[in-house]
Amino acid sequence: MTLSALETPAPPAPPPPPSRPNRARRAWQKMSPYAYIAPFFTLFAAFGLFPLIYTAFVSLYRVELQTPGDMEWRGLDNYTALFSDDFFWTSLRNTFTIGVISTVPQLVMALGLAHLLNYRLRARTFLRTAMLLPYATSVAAATLVFAQLFGRDFGLINYVAGLVGIGPIDWQTGTVASQIAVSTIVVWRWTGYNALIYLAGMQSIPQELYEAAEMDGASKWRQFFHVTLPGLRPTIVFTVIVSTIGATQLFGEPLLFEGSISGGISHQYQTLGLYMYEQGWGFFHLGRAAAIAWVMFLLIVVVVGVNALLAYRRTRKEAVR
Amino acid sequence: MTTLADPPVTPPVRREPPTRRRARKSRAGRTNHAGKLTYAILTVAVLVSAFPFYWTIVAASRSNADLAQVPPSLLPGPHLLRNFEAVLEEADIGKALLNSFIVSGSITLGTVLCCTLAGFAFAKLRFRGRGALLAVTVGTMMIPPQLGVIPLFMLIAELQWVNQLQAVILPGLVSAFGVFFMRQYLVQSLPDELIEAARVDGASTARIFWSIVVPVARPGMSVLGLLTFMAAWNDFFWPIVALSSSEPTVQVALRQLGGGYVHDQSVIMAGTLLGTLPVLLVFGLLGRQIVGGIMQGAVKG
Repeated sequence: MTLSALETPAPPAPPPPPSRPNRARRAWQKMSPYAYIAPFFTLFAAFGLFPLIYTAFVSLYRVELQTPGDMEWRGLDNYTALFSDDFFWTSLRNTFTIGVISTVPQLVMALGLAHLLNYRLRARTFLRTAMLLPYATSVAAATLVFAQLFGRDFGLINYVAGLVGIGPIDWQTGTVASQIAVSTIVVWRWTGYNALIYLAGMQSIPQELYEAAEMDGASKWRQFFHVTLPGLRPTIVFTVIVSTIGATQLFGEPLLFEGSISGGISHQYQTLGLYMYEQGWGFFHLGRAAAIAWVMFLLIVVVVGVNALLAYRRTRKEAVR
Repeated sequence: MTTLADPPVTPPVRREPPTRRRARKSRAGRTNHAGKLTYAILTVAVLVSAFPFYWTIVAASRSNADLAQVPPSLLPGPHLLRNFEAVLEEADIGKALLNSFIVSGSITLGTVLCCTLAGFAFAKLRFRGRGALLAVTVGTMMIPPQLGVIPLFMLIAELQWVNQLQAVILPGLVSAFGVFFMRQYLVQSLPDELIEAARVDGASTARIFWSIVVPVARPGMSVLGLLTFMAAWNDFFWPIVALSSSEPTVQVALRQLGGGYVHDQSVIMAGTLLGTLPVLLVFGLLGRQIVGGIMQGAVKG
């Protein structure tokens, strides 16, 4: 500031005489940014945005898998058919219960692991990488392995359960058991990932806050609840939203757990995603499947909206305090 | 690799460590060293993470009869190669691996290029509609592509692309996250002065992109590339809709294996092992960068 005040202002450079190539060049410079975003937006419009919007439209038609070009207007028929189908309600309920038993333990354990990973550790990189290993596995591979481990007669999990006198659990046909098994796959794949997200959030909490808390004589536990958790709130809201969206989309795990598109003999672990696939690619009703996709979209909007609202209200309460 | 004449680049996250490390050290004097219990719990977590992989190897190297034994055998057996042979024959895993390499490779290259171009424009160029377009991109980031799968299938059917690899590659190139990621990266690591200086020297925007932006963006590009490759390799829903067992990717082949066509558990596990090995290899070599990328993305997102 003081330096620039001492400097004598440089005389403004004389404007260059406008020449033809210069003007053409300037016009190009104005347009050229669009050339940089064009590849992305062309693909985005065709394969991203258009399908999302068009789904609502397709859901009002009768469209068959074999002849996707022929569309027959049906109004809200797909929706009324959907709401009168018991299996729709079953899959909606399953999506909710599996969502809860997979998301809640996953995020709580991730929080705990992140807290431990935040200590000064030996082999830090190794530990973090190992936690992320399940994330690198595909849904298909993970599910096939877990389906084997959860086998009723020869599965390792029932063998171990048998050693402690629990015995043999039918992980396939029991409603609760099969939903726990499917959720286990989700928990296994995503806990480490979320732990790293939380760890990143923890590391961006200013150290001074902990030092101040320590000066005040706050115990480690109090520090965790009064410094770490509030500092992590945006990260927690983010992970809750992301894993809830993931839970509404759950598909590969229930499909490959036994390899049936109905999600078990009595649809006991069929999710909305799988139900959509069954309608579209099992029964060839693309229009009905689109209606399910639209219902899932609304579900996500509600979930994200509620989360955002809760986060907003808490922040306001805090501000008032 | 990094012996370029360019000015040294400090990627956004690496800028922090010095202060962080100092803070750590001041903490070290107190009680923040991990105790025995911490190590014990973390070890259990690592074992739980790794066990399914170990079990895949065990099951893939035994005969089906071994797997039906009580108590189950917990050590690898001698039948690995025989099971590999069986699965290569029954599920065409060889073709699936090749297809997956083609698909994931093309998606990775295309995505990184598109996203770097667009990310640069959003970060450093001024143009009308920039804010609105960025808002649309970021706004759709949270919407799962699975919801658009029906019109997408109708589109692909219209183009007669069903069961052809481009049906998976082209939609795979769309990554709103990638654009946002590259934008954030360039906003933080590419100083405006560098571009201004090049402009004064008379460099065109294209010239600036190739000789200034790309070298600066390279660390970000490689992280995005890694994440994209893994996601493309593991993508499940769309490939099983758009492809079939005659032109499979690895995930389509695994779905086939799990769909009841093959009854031999040890053969299924051999296929799983073959299909997972390439990603595990990438992860083993570059796991540290992937961890960094995810933590970096978390702080920004």
